[in-house]
Amino acid sequence: MRAAAFLHGATRWLLGLTACVAAMGAAAAPDYRPIPATGFTSVLATEADATPVPLAAYALRSEPVTNAEFLAFVQAHPEWRRGAVAGVFADQRYLEHWAAPDHLGADAPPDQPVTRVSWFAADAYCRAEDARLPTWLEWERAAAASASVADARNDPAWRRELLDWYSQPSSQGLGRIGGEPNLYGVRDLHALVWEWVDDFSALIVAPDSRDQGDPDRLKFCGEAALSLRDRDNYALLMRVAMLSSLKAVNTTMNLGFRCARELP
Amino acid sequence: MTPPRSLFSRATLGLLLALIGTAALAASTPPAVPADSLYQLKAALTDQDARTFDFSAGHGKPRLISMFYADCPYMCPLLIDTIRKTEGELPEAARARLDVLLVSFDAERDTPAALKALAEKRRIDTARWTLARADAADVRRIAALLDIPFRQLADGSFSHAGVMILLDADGRVVARSETMGKLDPAFVTALTQTLSPATPSP
Repeated sequence: MRAAAFLHGATRWLLGLTACVAAMGAAAAPDYRPIPATGFTSVLATEADATPVPLAAYALRSEPVTNAEFLAFVQAHPEWRRGAVAGVFADQRYLEHWAAPDHLGADAPPDQPVTRVSWFAADAYCRAEDARLPTWLEWERAAAASASVADARNDPAWRRELLDWYSQPSSQGLGRIGGEPNLYGVRDLHALVWEWVDDFSALIVAPDSRDQGDPDRLKFCGEAALSLRDRDNYALLMRVAMLSSLKAVNTTMNLGFRCARELP
Repeated sequence: MTPPRSLFSRATLGLLLALIGTAALAASTPPAVPADSLYQLKAALTDQDARTFDFSAGHGKPRLISMFYADCPYMCPLLIDTIRKTEGELPEAARARLDVLLVSFDAERDTPAALKALAEKRRIDTARWTLARADAADVRRIAALLDIPFRQLADGSFSHAGVMILLDADGRVVARSETMGKLDPAFVTALTQTLSPATPSP
């Protein structure tokens, strides 16, 4: 009797341990890297206003959120499963490339960035990770760093490298995470996917860039007529134009996200 | 060994309890929000009298929604005038059934006191109109849901489009107008139809 009880206890303990290890494996702590405070001039700066803007320190996820991580999220938050998500939060093609609402399948490798996610879904994921989406400035500031320099944007070789990445056809299919880290240890900011940012919707606010033909459609408070200063930075401006064209419910095959956090 | 009668009564009791539980649950759960309703979003708002309420609390009544901020020199006075002009086209009885909700972009400066001051300055009838603030993350979510692009500029002001959106009693978008400073006939028609006594709000 005593031996049986002991065995029973030991089995339970082992089962508990296994479950615990499995849970840890599924939810390995996401890696956030500190990005120090700086003065930063955005590619969005106007000719009239090109003085660096103070940008506080923050932490940025070292990798975009992967399919495996997003699968764990929808398992914990079933309202974000494909088929269950409300139509006002994601379009019809949300997570379309997954084999099933709770199964990744061959077209969605676990270590590939999750794509076909709406802004609302990305926002909800980051909140569940005690984080938030980065602002455009936070994303741009981290993405300005090469492996050795905090701001490589004026380096012709760096610009050429970026453009080479961006000119690869998207028909090649998505890569896996794990590119070379930049100065801050953040990876895959350029070569892998487009990424949602918190304030994607009005990055360029000059009427001519969003006007759909109706002269009454756009009127703005404040000085809205931006004239961009850094017109030669094609790689970044392409990204800005792409983000500005989106609505928060949209999903695309090349659009993923990563999260940011305040530093303690 | 258990007599069949006892089994039966236990099963009956279980069924009864389950039924009572279901009834209690049904009674305490508000009617389900449709999947295409903007009231799927939960966002905490505070009005000009510092009362808190949820964005989805408009459920049950048609509502005209827009976004603005108090310290706005040009667009927002125009927006308020346009909404006034638009609802002025309605017969008084229909107008009395319309709620107007204006959510501020400015999470930092538009305190309930600032909203109250604006309501008084512009003589806004806060029995039907609500000026509300939310924290910055919820402002972003509401603006995304309403598809109103905005951006805070370096001087603290906001660049944004002027938009009026009409929601039906269930929170579905019925009409949208970006015409400012004059009447948008299509929007007025939608408003009149939504508020006409032939289709009373539930």
